[in-house]
Amino acid sequence: MWTDIMNFPMGLTPLWLTLKVAGVATLVTFVVGVNLAFLVARSKFWGREGLDALCTLPLVLPPTVLGYYLIVLIGRQGWLGRWLQETWGISLIFTWQGAALAAAVVSLPLIFKSARAAFEEVDHSLEDTARTLGLSEAAIFFRVSLPLAWRGILAGAMMAFARAMGEFGATLMVAGNLPGKTQTLSLAVYDAVQAGNDAQATILVVLISTVCLVILVVSGKVLKAGYM
Amino acid sequence: MANLKPIMMLLLGAMLIRATPAYADQELIVSAAASLTNALKEVAGQFEKTHPGTKIVCNFAASGSLLQQIAQGAPVDVFASADQKTMNQAQEKGLILPASRKNFVSNILVLIAPGKSSLPLAGLGDLALPEVKRVALGNPETVPVGRYTQEALTKAGLWETLKPKFIYGESVRQVLDYVSRGEVDAGFVFATDAAIAREKVRTIFEVEGHRPILYPVALVAASQKKALAQGFLDFLSAPESAAILSKYGFGKP
Repeated sequence: MWTDIMNFPMGLTPLWLTLKVAGVATLVTFVVGVNLAFLVARSKFWGREGLDALCTLPLVLPPTVLGYYLIVLIGRQGWLGRWLQETWGISLIFTWQGAALAAAVVSLPLIFKSARAAFEEVDHSLEDTARTLGLSEAAIFFRVSLPLAWRGILAGAMMAFARAMGEFGATLMVAGNLPGKTQTLSLAVYDAVQAGNDAQATILVVLISTVCLVILVVSGKVLKAGYM
Repeated sequence: MANLKPIMMLLLGAMLIRATPAYADQELIVSAAASLTNALKEVAGQFEKTHPGTKIVCNFAASGSLLQQIAQGAPVDVFASADQKTMNQAQEKGLILPASRKNFVSNILVLIAPGKSSLPLAGLGDLALPEVKRVALGNPETVPVGRYTQEALTKAGLWETLKPKFIYGESVRQVLDYVSRGEVDAGFVFATDAAIAREKVRTIFEVEGHRPILYPVALVAASQKKALAQGFLDFLSAPESAAILSKYGFGKP
């Protein structure tokens, strides 16, 4: 058992992959989610609630449904996938980028929901005051709304990262389960259990639990300490 | 809110009706290799017809996964795997009754490609061509078809060369799905699986260089319904089952 634990690369490859996938996914959802949330929270337009529902949908849909949508969309025969393949020679299926996309879709609602709530809590009059002082809309967003909503957004980003780390269903369907390429920790655990390799499963489970615990503790400290 | 009440009552009523199904005297749980999915469902239907009051619940997955489920105490009565190795492991662990074990069908390993594919694949060696980007196979850890594939490719001296192109499926049916969607350029499945997806995939050739593909079936040692389970086992060798199995392309053992 202990020699297994010392056998680092076995657990570290999936760990590194998981952090990479979750990190990229969180970055994407952060940019997309915050922008969409600001749009929904601050503008009135036709289909606003529809957009809100669409961004929340991944939270309630089974990951397998999302996986299927993604395969149909970005698979080699999918309409977006075929275009990517023919125009750029890019194929996302069975790649870690595909896994990141799946994780991003699944974790989008977490950041979107917290960011929307955070923006809605920002005092309108502060934004209006900035407007009367002649600030551009972009400047208001970056210098007034975003700093005031920052903590809620950061909390959402942490949750999104944690969710992305644990993604399983959609990832398996879109990126497959390729050791060293797309096998994240959750997939590696599944693989080890299916193969009856309990020692390896134990190591991976302890590893992922520890990493998640560290993230939770650190994020709690960051959120408390910072009036960022 | 008030007008929701009749709907709620209706839903509640529907749930109660669903909760009390027509009483089945006996229920038999059969865990079988994924490649048996279509054929065994039909055999089970036939068995239910000739044995009124009996319900067969089929549980299909990769043989290795089924073995783990049984080892962890899944209430299974009959176990059919797609290779001898998995059944040997079950026997070593005392999970099955060795006396009941028998081979009931045989199968063939084939290389398939998407129906629209125009890749020039004439032999296993052609998989090393640069045009072939991805080759799907069952995960050899748990999926029998992957074990046969590994054996054949190792014998041909291609296992290490082709490794970077491998896409592992969690069951033979996932490999079939990858090929029929065109996500991979080629894949290794059983002839019976290729036959199911005839419109979407093209069988290129039969693959040799592996041990004979024989499917063993046995009673699970922990089964509480051994008599009925034995009845199902016998039924698998009866002429009516043999006809169904051969219709799907399975050979005699």
